[in-house]
Amino acid sequence: MTTTETEKDLPRILIYEELCKGCDICAVFCPTEVLELKGNMMTVKNLEACTRCQLCDLRCPDFAIQVF
Amino acid sequence: METVAVKKKKKEKPVPFDYSNYIRKGKLPHIWCPGCGHGIVLKSLLRAIATTGRPNDDFALVSGIGCSSRTPGYVNFNTLHTLHGRALAFATGLKMAKPNLKVIVTTGDGDALAIGGNHFIHTCRRNLDIVIMVYNNFIYGMTSGQFSPTTLPGMIATTSRYGNIDPPFDVCKMAEAAGATFVARGTAYHYGELEKILYEAIMHKGTAVIDILDSCPTYYGRFNKYKSAADMMEKIEKEGTVSVKQADSLPLEKLEGKLLRGVLYNKERPEYTAEYAKLVEKAGGSKPK
Repeated sequence: MTTTETEKDLPRILIYEELCKGCDICAVFCPTEVLELKGNMMTVKNLEACTRCQLCDLRCPDFAIQVF
Repeated sequence: METVAVKKKKKEKPVPFDYSNYIRKGKLPHIWCPGCGHGIVLKSLLRAIATTGRPNDDFALVSGIGCSSRTPGYVNFNTLHTLHGRALAFATGLKMAKPNLKVIVTTGDGDALAIGGNHFIHTCRRNLDIVIMVYNNFIYGMTSGQFSPTTLPGMIATTSRYGNIDPPFDVCKMAEAAGATFVARGTAYHYGELEKILYEAIMHKGTAVIDILDSCPTYYGRFNKYKSAADMMEKIEKEGTVSVKQADSLPLEKLEGKLLRGVLYNKERPEYTAEYAKLVEKAGGSKPK
């Protein structure tokens, strides 16, 4: 499980590594291109751009990502 | 300046939905392939069930065989995993024995319409109070990609290497003709709309059939040259469907080749278990518990 740091008011994105299958759906449908697929695992590329819209969570088929 | 003001307003943090009450956590990760839409549909169902506010014990999930039919294995309700195509037969028995239980059947296009075709039309005819979720991914995923009754003409499958020539079933029209009283279509892409439809279906008294367009990137996508799971979602589910609300205002050319999504049919008709209880009373039997 990787967690991004909660500095200032930045969102916290939780990616459960044991659940993520790397299907890339969350990254493709992210309106601000926050996420990026690295190998078989989803990673956070640009946390500042995240608007906490939750689209990645709602379209994740694997219960693998959450945004706080 | 304006943008700063807007940003400051949005400071309250959204809370992600907590699924832990509704899933058997030790069972995850599920067996569905990377990019399979079944997980998105399952999450929409769980949110819809949470909206009803009823306890988990009030629900029963019944399934047959297939990828979609693995759903009950991951959820924390009463569950029943039965024979191929016979989920509706088991669900009918369950509902008759316990009329207060809310029975939800998760089934696939092959399971419901080919092997279980007869059960499907007769359950609709009786208007038994159950929800039938047809996960329609246009192919038999679990058995390695044979064409199913909903595979579109010209599409490649393991058993149609030169293109399928069978015309497909329209699940919604079939359900309506057979007598179902709530017929709707949703997609995995439109997760919010699907959640609302599922909530309405659960609250409906009578047979509710929901045709859920879904994607199978492993077989249907690979055979038919879709680039990725997201590409399938965009082309089949987003661009291939039009909401019923928009359909009236759009010109006919724009509706060509597109499926309507939303609630397509909703009517009241005597429900089967209620009618059966009346019959028992008429015959002088005891009241059902």
